[in-house]
Amino acid sequence: MTSPTTTQLRKTALNGVHRRLKAKMVNFGGWDMPVEYSGIVAEHMATRTAAGLFDVSHMGEIEVRGERALELVQHVTCNDASKLVVGQAQYSGLMTERGTFVDDLLVHKISDTHYFLCVNASNQEQDFEHIRAHNRPNAQIDNAGERYSQIAIQGPKALGILQRFASVPLESIRYYYFTFGKVDGVDCLIARTGYTGEDGFEIYFAPEHSEKLWTKLLDAGSEVGMLPCGLGARNTLRLEASMCLYGHEIDDTTTPWEAGLGWICKPAKGEFLGRENLIRQKEKGVDRTLVGFEMQDRLIARDACDVSIGGKPAGRVTSGSPAPFLKKNIGMAYVPTAFKAPGTDLTIGIRSNQAPARIVPTPFYKRPK
Amino acid sequence: MYPSDYRYTKEHEWIKVSGNIGTIGITDYAQHELGDVVFVELPAVGAKITAGQVFGTVESVKAVSEIFAPVSGEVTEANTALTSTPETLNSDPHGAAWLIKAKLSNPGEVSSLMDAAAYGAFISEKEASA
Repeated sequence: MTSPTTTQLRKTALNGVHRRLKAKMVNFGGWDMPVEYSGIVAEHMATRTAAGLFDVSHMGEIEVRGERALELVQHVTCNDASKLVVGQAQYSGLMTERGTFVDDLLVHKISDTHYFLCVNASNQEQDFEHIRAHNRPNAQIDNAGERYSQIAIQGPKALGILQRFASVPLESIRYYYFTFGKVDGVDCLIARTGYTGEDGFEIYFAPEHSEKLWTKLLDAGSEVGMLPCGLGARNTLRLEASMCLYGHEIDDTTTPWEAGLGWICKPAKGEFLGRENLIRQKEKGVDRTLVGFEMQDRLIARDACDVSIGGKPAGRVTSGSPAPFLKKNIGMAYVPTAFKAPGTDLTIGIRSNQAPARIVPTPFYKRPK
Repeated sequence: MYPSDYRYTKEHEWIKVSGNIGTIGITDYAQHELGDVVFVELPAVGAKITAGQVFGTVESVKAVSEIFAPVSGEVTEANTALTSTPETLNSDPHGAAWLIKAKLSNPGEVSSLMDAAAYGAFISEKEASA
Protein backbone atom coordinates (compact mmCIF):
# COMPACT_ATOMS: atom_id res chain seq x y z
CA MET A 1 0.00 0.00 0.00
CA THR A 2 1.40 3.40 -0.87
CA SER A 3 1.09 6.15 1.68
CA PRO A 4 -0.54 9.45 0.71
CA THR A 5 1.68 12.20 -0.60
CA THR A 6 1.78 15.34 1.50
CA THR A 7 -0.76 16.99 -0.79
CA GLN A 8 -3.27 14.22 -0.01
CA LEU A 9 -2.95 14.49 3.76
CA ARG A 10 -5.54 16.44 5.70
CA LYS A 11 -4.30 19.70 7.13
CA THR A 12 -5.40 21.73 10.13
CA ALA A 13 -5.90 25.48 9.81
CA LEU A 14 -2.48 25.90 11.49
CA ASN A 15 -0.54 23.87 8.93
CA GLY A 16 1.10 26.96 7.45
CA VAL A 17 2.16 28.12 10.90
CA HIS A 18 3.81 24.79 11.70
CA ARG A 19 5.75 24.85 8.47
CA ARG A 20 6.81 28.47 9.01
CA LEU A 21 8.07 27.43 12.46
CA LYS A 22 10.04 24.71 10.62
CA ALA A 23 8.35 21.89 12.49
CA LYS A 24 9.23 18.34 11.48
CA MET A 25 6.00 17.09 9.97
CA VAL A 26 4.59 13.57 10.01
CA ASN A 27 1.60 11.70 8.62
CA PHE A 28 -0.55 11.05 11.68
CA GLY A 29 -3.73 9.13 10.86
CA GLY A 30 -3.93 10.85 7.48
CA TRP A 31 -3.15 14.33 8.87
CA ASP A 32 -0.03 16.39 8.12
CA MET A 33 0.97 17.18 11.69
CA PRO A 34 4.01 18.60 13.52
CA VAL A 35 5.93 15.97 15.48
CA GLU A 36 8.42 18.45 16.95
CA TYR A 37 9.56 22.06 16.58
CA SER A 38 12.63 22.59 18.75
CA GLY A 39 12.99 19.03 20.03
CA ILE A 40 10.82 16.57 21.93
CA VAL A 41 12.79 16.81 25.16
CA ALA A 42 12.71 20.62 25.24
CA GLU A 43 9.01 20.69 24.44
CA HIS A 44 8.21 18.04 27.04
CA MET A 45 10.19 19.87 29.73
CA ALA A 46 8.66 23.22 28.83
CA THR A 47 5.18 21.76 29.35
CA ARG A 48 6.11 20.38 32.77
CA THR A 49 7.88 23.51 33.99
CA ALA A 50 6.27 26.42 32.11
CA ALA A 51 3.77 25.75 29.32
CA GLY A 52 3.31 24.02 25.99
CA LEU A 53 1.05 25.01 23.12
CA PHE A 54 -0.42 22.21 21.02
CA ASP A 55 -2.42 22.24 17.78
CA VAL A 56 -4.94 19.45 18.33
CA SER A 57 -7.34 20.52 15.60
CA HIS A 58 -7.07 17.11 14.00
CA MET A 59 -9.20 15.71 16.83
CA GLY A 60 -12.82 15.01 15.93
CA GLU A 61 -15.95 16.57 17.34
CA ILE A 62 -19.39 14.98 17.30
CA GLU A 63 -22.47 16.88 18.47
CA VAL A 64 -25.46 15.01 19.86
CA ARG A 65 -28.67 17.03 20.19
CA GLY A 66 -32.34 16.71 20.98
CA GLU A 67 -34.67 15.43 23.67
CA ARG A 68 -33.08 12.01 23.53
CA ALA A 69 -29.47 13.12 23.27
CA LEU A 70 -28.56 11.75 26.70
CA GLU A 71 -30.20 8.43 25.87
CA LEU A 72 -27.94 8.01 22.84
CA VAL A 73 -24.81 9.08 24.70
CA GLN A 74 -25.63 6.64 27.50
CA HIS A 75 -26.29 3.81 25.04
CA VAL A 76 -22.96 4.02 23.22
CA THR A 77 -20.60 4.93 26.08
CA CYS A 78 -19.52 3.15 29.26
CA ASN A 79 -19.37 6.11 31.68
CA ASP A 80 -22.48 7.62 33.25
CA ALA A 81 -23.26 10.85 31.40
CA SER A 82 -26.42 11.34 33.47
CA LYS A 83 -24.13 12.39 36.32
CA LEU A 84 -22.85 15.40 34.37
CA VAL A 85 -24.07 18.87 35.18
CA VAL A 86 -24.15 21.57 32.53
CA GLY A 87 -20.56 22.71 32.01
CA GLN A 88 -19.02 19.42 33.08
CA ALA A 89 -17.01 16.90 31.06
CA GLN A 90 -16.05 13.28 31.58
CA TYR A 91 -13.56 10.85 30.07
CA SER A 92 -15.40 7.85 28.63
CA GLY A 93 -15.27 4.95 26.19
CA LEU A 94 -17.24 4.43 23.01
CA MET A 95 -18.20 0.78 23.29
CA THR A 96 -18.66 -2.15 20.95
CA GLU A 97 -21.36 -4.71 21.70
CA ARG A 98 -18.63 -6.83 23.27
CA GLY A 99 -17.71 -4.12 25.79
CA THR A 100 -14.46 -3.25 24.08
CA PHE A 101 -13.33 0.17 22.85
CA VAL A 102 -14.33 1.74 19.56
CA ASP A 103 -12.52 4.84 20.88
CA ASP A 104 -11.91 6.83 24.01
CA LEU A 105 -13.41 10.30 24.18
CA LEU A 106 -14.46 13.27 26.25
CA VAL A 107 -18.17 13.88 26.75
CA HIS A 108 -19.13 17.49 27.51
CA LYS A 109 -22.65 18.39 28.68
CA ILE A 110 -23.62 21.71 27.10
CA SER A 111 -27.29 21.35 28.01
CA ASP A 112 -29.87 18.64 28.68
CA THR A 113 -30.34 18.44 24.91
CA HIS A 114 -26.78 19.05 23.69
CA TYR A 115 -23.70 16.88 24.25
CA PHE A 116 -20.31 17.65 22.69
CA LEU A 117 -17.99 14.70 22.11
CA CYS A 118 -14.27 15.03 21.41
CA VAL A 119 -12.87 11.92 19.73
CA ASN A 120 -9.54 10.75 18.32
CA ALA A 121 -8.43 12.10 14.95
CA SER A 122 -7.83 8.68 13.42
CA ASN A 123 -11.23 7.34 14.50
CA GLN A 124 -13.55 10.23 13.62
CA GLU A 125 -15.32 8.55 10.72
CA GLN A 126 -15.65 5.15 12.41
CA ASP A 127 -16.90 6.75 15.61
CA PHE A 128 -19.53 8.75 13.80
CA GLU A 129 -20.66 5.70 11.82
CA HIS A 130 -20.83 3.65 14.98
CA ILE A 131 -22.93 6.23 16.79
CA ARG A 132 -25.16 6.60 13.74
CA ALA A 133 -25.64 2.83 13.47
CA HIS A 134 -26.71 2.66 17.11
CA ASN A 135 -28.86 5.79 17.13
CA ARG A 136 -32.06 4.00 18.20
CA PRO A 137 -33.30 7.10 20.06
CA ASN A 138 -33.01 9.01 16.80
CA ALA A 139 -31.13 11.90 18.35
CA GLN A 140 -29.66 14.53 16.05
CA ILE A 141 -25.98 13.78 15.45
CA ASP A 142 -23.47 15.89 13.57
CA ASN A 143 -19.92 15.10 12.55
CA ALA A 144 -18.66 18.57 13.41
CA GLY A 145 -14.88 18.16 13.01
CA GLU A 146 -14.64 20.73 10.21
CA ARG A 147 -16.35 23.39 12.31
CA TYR A 148 -13.75 23.43 15.06
CA SER A 149 -10.09 24.12 15.53
CA GLN A 150 -8.67 23.10 18.88
CA ILE A 151 -5.63 24.35 20.72
CA ALA A 152 -4.34 22.94 24.00
CA ILE A 153 -2.32 25.07 26.40
CA GLN A 154 -0.84 22.94 29.16
CA GLY A 155 1.53 23.44 32.07
CA PRO A 156 1.83 25.32 35.37
CA LYS A 157 1.86 28.67 33.54
CA ALA A 158 -0.96 27.83 31.12
CA LEU A 159 -3.71 29.49 33.12
CA GLY A 160 -1.78 32.73 33.51
CA ILE A 161 -1.00 32.91 29.81
CA LEU A 162 -4.55 32.13 28.67
CA GLN A 163 -6.05 34.50 31.25
CA ARG A 164 -4.40 37.44 29.52
CA PHE A 165 -6.80 36.89 26.63
CA ALA A 166 -9.79 35.17 28.26
CA SER A 167 -13.02 37.00 29.03
CA VAL A 168 -13.84 34.67 31.93
CA PRO A 169 -11.98 34.03 35.22
CA LEU A 170 -10.24 30.75 34.41
CA GLU A 171 -9.50 29.90 38.02
CA SER A 172 -13.23 29.40 38.57
CA ILE A 173 -13.33 26.61 35.96
CA ARG A 174 -12.69 23.42 37.89
CA TYR A 175 -10.74 20.51 36.44
CA TYR A 176 -12.90 18.64 33.90
CA TYR A 177 -15.37 21.50 33.65
CA PHE A 178 -15.81 23.96 30.80
CA THR A 179 -17.47 27.21 29.90
CA PHE A 180 -18.18 29.40 26.91
CA GLY A 181 -16.21 32.61 26.74
CA LYS A 182 -14.03 34.74 24.51
CA VAL A 183 -10.32 34.37 23.96
CA ASP A 184 -8.92 37.48 22.31
CA GLY A 185 -12.49 38.32 21.27
CA VAL A 186 -13.06 34.90 19.67
CA ASP A 187 -15.96 32.75 20.92
CA CYS A 188 -14.54 29.57 22.44
CA LEU A 189 -15.53 26.54 24.41
CA ILE A 190 -12.89 26.71 27.14
CA ALA A 191 -12.35 23.36 28.90
CA ARG A 192 -10.03 22.62 31.79
CA THR A 193 -8.97 19.31 30.28
CA GLY A 194 -5.83 17.91 28.70
CA TYR A 195 -3.68 14.97 27.76
CA THR A 196 -0.44 15.82 29.52
CA GLY A 197 -0.94 15.33 33.25
CA GLU A 198 -0.50 19.08 33.80
CA ASP A 199 -3.05 21.77 34.59
CA GLY A 200 -4.24 23.47 31.46
CA PHE A 201 -6.98 24.17 28.98
CA GLU A 202 -8.27 23.02 25.63
CA ILE A 203 -10.10 25.64 23.60
CA TYR A 204 -12.45 24.93 20.69
CA PHE A 205 -13.32 27.66 18.18
CA ALA A 206 -14.11 28.37 14.54
CA PRO A 207 -11.14 27.56 12.30
CA GLU A 208 -10.84 31.01 10.71
CA HIS A 209 -9.43 32.35 14.00
CA SER A 210 -6.74 29.70 14.30
CA GLU A 211 -3.62 31.62 13.27
CA LYS A 212 -4.59 34.71 15.24
CA LEU A 213 -5.22 32.79 18.46
CA TRP A 214 -2.15 30.58 18.10
CA THR A 215 0.12 33.54 17.45
CA LYS A 216 -1.30 35.64 20.30
CA LEU A 217 -0.94 32.77 22.77
CA LEU A 218 2.52 31.80 21.57
CA ASP A 219 3.85 35.36 21.65
CA ALA A 220 2.54 35.91 25.17
CA GLY A 221 3.58 32.47 26.37
CA SER A 222 7.09 32.68 24.92
CA GLU A 223 7.81 35.47 27.38
CA VAL A 224 7.46 32.95 30.23
CA GLY A 225 9.03 29.90 28.61
CA MET A 226 6.14 28.39 26.64
CA LEU A 227 7.10 26.37 23.57
CA PRO A 228 5.01 25.12 20.67
CA CYS A 229 4.79 21.33 21.12
CA GLY A 230 4.24 18.59 18.58
CA LEU A 231 2.88 15.07 18.66
CA GLY A 232 6.21 13.70 19.88
CA ALA A 233 6.00 15.58 23.17
CA ARG A 234 2.26 14.98 23.31
CA ASN A 235 3.04 11.27 23.39
CA THR A 236 5.84 11.37 25.96
CA LEU A 237 3.75 13.62 28.22
CA ARG A 238 0.67 11.42 28.16
CA LEU A 239 2.78 8.28 28.67
CA GLU A 240 4.48 9.74 31.76
CA ALA A 241 0.99 10.52 33.05
CA SER A 242 -0.07 6.91 32.26
CA MET A 243 -2.84 8.03 29.94
CA CYS A 244 -4.06 5.56 27.35
CA LEU A 245 -3.64 5.96 23.61
CA TYR A 246 -6.16 4.30 21.33
CA GLY A 247 -4.55 1.66 19.21
CA HIS A 248 -2.00 1.00 21.94
CA GLU A 249 -3.39 0.53 25.48
CA ILE A 250 -7.00 0.32 24.29
CA ASP A 251 -8.61 -1.01 21.14
CA ASP A 252 -11.53 -3.15 20.09
CA THR A 253 -10.06 -6.17 21.92
CA THR A 254 -9.67 -4.51 25.32
CA THR A 255 -12.26 -3.79 28.00
CA PRO A 256 -12.16 -0.95 30.54
CA TRP A 257 -11.52 -3.45 33.36
CA GLU A 258 -8.39 -4.81 31.64
CA ALA A 259 -7.09 -1.32 30.91
CA GLY A 260 -7.37 -0.07 34.48
CA LEU A 261 -10.25 2.17 33.39
CA GLY A 262 -12.88 0.71 35.70
CA TRP A 263 -13.39 4.23 37.05
CA ILE A 264 -15.07 5.24 33.75
CA CYS A 265 -17.16 2.06 33.43
CA LYS A 266 -20.57 2.18 35.13
CA PRO A 267 -22.79 -0.87 34.54
CA ALA A 268 -25.03 0.45 37.34
CA LYS A 269 -26.13 3.31 35.08
CA GLY A 270 -28.32 0.96 33.07
CA GLU A 271 -28.24 -0.50 29.57
CA PHE A 272 -25.37 0.28 27.21
CA LEU A 273 -23.47 -1.49 24.44
CA GLY A 274 -21.34 -4.25 25.92
CA ARG A 275 -22.83 -4.02 29.42
CA GLU A 276 -23.65 -7.73 29.68
CA ASN A 277 -20.14 -8.83 28.67
CA LEU A 278 -18.63 -6.31 31.03
CA ILE A 279 -20.70 -7.48 34.00
CA ARG A 280 -19.71 -11.08 33.22
CA GLN A 281 -16.05 -10.19 32.94
CA LYS A 282 -16.13 -8.25 36.20
CA GLU A 283 -17.59 -11.26 37.99
CA LYS A 284 -15.16 -13.71 36.44
CA GLY A 285 -12.16 -11.46 36.81
CA VAL A 286 -9.91 -10.24 33.99
CA ASP A 287 -7.24 -12.55 32.54
CA ARG A 288 -4.91 -9.71 31.65
CA THR A 289 -4.19 -6.32 33.18
CA LEU A 290 -2.48 -3.20 31.92
CA VAL A 291 0.60 -2.32 33.95
CA GLY A 292 3.31 0.30 33.90
CA PHE A 293 6.99 -0.64 34.02
CA GLU A 294 10.41 0.94 34.25
CA MET A 295 13.48 -0.33 32.41
CA GLN A 296 16.28 -1.35 34.75
CA ASP A 297 19.23 -0.60 32.50
CA ARG A 298 19.82 1.78 29.61
CA LEU A 299 17.85 -0.09 26.94
CA ILE A 300 14.58 1.47 25.81
CA ALA A 301 11.41 -0.58 25.38
CA ARG A 302 9.39 0.31 22.29
CA ASP A 303 5.85 -0.38 21.16
CA ALA A 304 5.25 -4.06 20.35
CA CYS A 305 8.37 -5.42 22.07
CA ASP A 306 7.82 -8.88 23.57
CA VAL A 307 7.34 -9.11 27.32
CA SER A 308 8.17 -12.25 29.27
CA ILE A 309 7.87 -13.15 32.94
CA GLY A 310 9.89 -15.97 34.44
CA GLY A 311 10.96 -17.00 30.97
CA LYS A 312 7.39 -17.33 29.65
CA PRO A 313 5.79 -15.03 27.05
CA ALA A 314 3.50 -12.62 28.88
CA GLY A 315 2.38 -10.06 26.33
CA ARG A 316 3.64 -7.09 24.36
CA VAL A 317 4.59 -3.53 25.13
CA THR A 318 1.67 -1.24 24.22
CA SER A 319 3.70 1.96 24.51
CA GLY A 320 7.40 2.33 25.32
CA SER A 321 9.58 5.41 25.34
CA PRO A 322 12.08 7.50 27.24
CA ALA A 323 10.37 9.68 29.86
CA PRO A 324 12.16 13.04 29.63
CA PHE A 325 10.96 14.55 32.92
CA LEU A 326 11.44 11.41 35.01
CA LYS A 327 14.72 10.65 33.25
CA LYS A 328 13.80 6.98 33.00
CA ASN A 329 12.70 4.66 30.23
CA ILE A 330 9.13 3.53 30.80
CA GLY A 331 6.34 1.64 29.15
CA MET A 332 2.99 -0.04 29.52
CA ALA A 333 2.02 -3.60 28.72
CA TYR A 334 -0.69 -6.16 29.30
CA VAL A 335 0.39 -9.01 31.55
CA PRO A 336 -1.50 -11.98 32.98
CA THR A 337 -3.42 -10.60 35.95
CA ALA A 338 -1.63 -12.93 38.36
CA PHE A 339 1.61 -11.03 37.68
CA LYS A 340 0.36 -7.44 37.81
CA ALA A 341 1.84 -6.48 41.20
CA PRO A 342 4.35 -3.62 41.33
CA GLY A 343 7.82 -5.05 41.92
CA THR A 344 7.30 -7.94 39.49
CA ASP A 345 10.30 -8.45 37.23
CA LEU A 346 9.73 -8.44 33.49
CA THR A 347 12.04 -9.14 30.58
CA ILE A 348 11.57 -7.07 27.43
CA GLY A 349 12.87 -8.32 24.10
CA ILE A 350 14.73 -5.40 22.48
CA ARG A 351 16.50 -6.39 19.28
CA SER A 352 18.79 -9.25 20.40
CA ASN A 353 18.72 -8.15 24.03
CA GLN A 354 16.65 -9.48 26.92
CA ALA A 355 16.31 -6.27 28.90
CA PRO A 356 15.26 -6.24 32.56
CA ALA A 357 12.26 -4.18 33.62
CA ARG A 358 10.07 -3.93 36.71
CA ILE A 359 6.38 -3.20 37.19
CA VAL A 360 5.82 0.09 39.00
CA PRO A 361 2.67 1.79 40.33
CA THR A 362 1.03 4.23 37.97
CA PRO A 363 0.78 7.05 37.18
CA PHE A 364 4.51 7.31 36.60
CA TYR A 365 4.18 11.08 36.98
CA LYS A 366 1.72 13.08 39.03
CA ARG A 367 1.87 16.85 38.96
CA PRO A 368 2.66 18.58 42.22
CA LYS A 369 -0.37 20.01 44.06
CA MET B 1 29.19 22.23 6.85
CA TYR B 2 30.35 18.80 5.77
CA PRO B 3 34.11 18.38 6.36
CA SER B 4 35.92 18.06 3.08
CA ASP B 5 38.33 15.41 4.35
CA TYR B 6 35.49 13.03 5.34
CA ARG B 7 33.72 10.53 3.15
CA TYR B 8 29.98 9.83 3.31
CA THR B 9 27.42 7.10 2.78
CA LYS B 10 23.84 7.23 1.53
CA GLU B 11 22.76 6.15 5.01
CA HIS B 12 24.33 9.30 6.43
CA GLU B 13 27.45 7.91 8.06
CA TRP B 14 30.81 9.64 7.71
CA ILE B 15 34.34 8.27 7.88
CA LYS B 16 37.63 10.09 8.36
CA VAL B 17 40.65 8.02 7.44
CA SER B 18 44.07 8.48 8.98
CA GLY B 19 46.61 5.88 7.85
CA ASN B 20 44.63 2.67 8.04
CA ILE B 21 42.38 3.78 10.92
CA GLY B 22 38.93 5.12 10.14
CA THR B 23 36.92 7.26 12.56
CA ILE B 24 33.20 6.75 11.91
CA GLY B 25 30.12 8.73 12.89
CA ILE B 26 26.74 9.95 11.66
CA THR B 27 26.21 13.20 9.85
CA ASP B 28 24.51 16.40 10.90
CA TYR B 29 21.67 15.54 8.50
CA ALA B 30 21.18 12.22 10.33
CA GLN B 31 21.11 13.76 13.80
CA HIS B 32 18.64 16.40 12.66
CA GLU B 33 16.36 13.73 11.21
CA LEU B 34 16.57 11.71 14.42
CA GLY B 35 15.85 14.47 16.90
CA ASP B 36 17.01 14.31 20.52
CA VAL B 37 19.36 11.32 20.85
CA VAL B 38 18.83 9.41 24.09
CA PHE B 39 20.78 6.16 23.64
CA VAL B 40 23.67 4.78 21.62
CA GLU B 41 24.56 1.08 21.24
CA LEU B 42 28.10 0.48 19.98
CA PRO B 43 30.08 -2.67 19.21
CA ALA B 44 32.84 -3.87 21.50
CA VAL B 45 36.53 -3.30 20.80
CA GLY B 46 37.70 -6.18 18.65
CA ALA B 47 34.33 -6.66 16.94
CA LYS B 48 34.38 -7.03 13.17
CA ILE B 49 32.43 -4.61 11.00
CA THR B 50 31.46 -5.23 7.38
CA ALA B 51 30.78 -2.52 4.80
CA GLY B 52 27.03 -1.98 4.37
CA GLN B 53 26.07 -3.94 7.46
CA VAL B 54 24.61 -2.76 10.74
CA PHE B 55 27.17 -2.19 13.49
CA GLY B 56 25.16 -0.30 16.07
CA THR B 57 22.06 1.73 16.85
CA VAL B 58 21.33 5.33 17.70
CA GLU B 59 18.03 5.96 19.43
CA SER B 60 16.11 9.19 19.61
CA VAL B 61 13.02 9.74 21.76
CA LYS B 62 10.81 8.59 18.91
CA ALA B 63 12.88 6.17 16.87
CA VAL B 64 15.57 3.53 16.68
CA SER B 65 18.03 4.00 13.85
CA GLU B 66 20.48 1.36 12.67
CA ILE B 67 24.00 2.49 11.82
CA PHE B 68 25.66 0.94 8.77
CA ALA B 69 29.41 0.46 8.49
CA PRO B 70 30.91 2.50 5.64
CA VAL B 71 33.85 0.10 5.48
CA SER B 72 34.99 -3.30 6.69
CA GLY B 73 37.44 -3.80 9.53
CA GLU B 74 37.94 -4.31 13.24
CA VAL B 75 36.80 -1.94 15.98
CA THR B 76 39.79 -0.44 17.84
CA GLU B 77 37.88 2.11 19.95
CA ALA B 78 34.26 2.85 20.85
CA ASN B 79 33.23 6.30 22.07
CA THR B 80 31.99 5.30 25.50
CA ALA B 81 31.47 8.96 26.50
CA LEU B 82 28.26 8.75 24.49
CA THR B 83 26.86 6.39 27.12
CA SER B 84 26.47 9.25 29.57
CA THR B 85 26.01 12.12 27.11
CA PRO B 86 24.19 10.75 24.03
CA GLU B 87 22.96 14.26 23.28
CA THR B 88 26.47 15.10 22.02
CA LEU B 89 25.33 13.43 18.80
CA ASN B 90 22.96 16.33 18.29
CA SER B 91 25.43 19.07 19.17
CA ASP B 92 28.67 17.77 17.63
CA PRO B 93 27.96 14.88 15.24
CA HIS B 94 31.10 15.41 13.15
CA GLY B 95 33.52 15.84 16.06
CA ALA B 96 33.12 14.84 19.68
CA ALA B 97 30.28 12.39 18.88
CA TRP B 98 32.35 10.03 16.69
CA LEU B 99 31.03 6.51 17.25
CA ILE B 100 33.90 4.08 16.64
CA LYS B 101 37.41 3.84 15.28
CA ALA B 102 38.28 0.83 13.19
CA LYS B 103 41.33 -0.69 11.51
CA LEU B 104 40.40 -0.95 7.82
CA SER B 105 40.64 -4.41 6.32
CA ASN B 106 39.99 -3.12 2.80
CA PRO B 107 41.08 0.55 2.44
CA GLY B 108 39.99 0.52 -1.21
CA GLU B 109 36.35 0.65 -0.03
CA VAL B 110 36.75 4.31 0.96
CA SER B 111 37.11 5.56 -2.59
CA SER B 112 33.61 4.37 -3.51
CA LEU B 113 32.07 6.64 -0.85
CA MET B 114 30.77 10.15 -1.58
CA ASP B 115 32.94 13.16 -0.96
CA ALA B 116 31.59 16.26 0.81
CA ALA B 117 30.33 17.88 -2.39
CA ALA B 118 28.55 14.74 -3.57
CA TYR B 119 27.00 14.21 -0.13
CA GLY B 120 25.86 17.83 0.00
CA ALA B 121 24.18 17.39 -3.38
CA PHE B 122 22.66 14.09 -2.28
CA ILE B 123 20.93 15.59 0.73
CA SER B 124 19.87 18.74 -1.14
CA GLU B 125 18.03 16.47 -3.54
CA LYS B 126 16.45 14.59 -0.65
CA GLU B 127 15.22 17.79 0.94
CA ALA B 128 13.88 19.11 -2.35
CA SER B 129 11.75 16.04 -2.92
CA ALA B 130 10.48 15.83 0.67
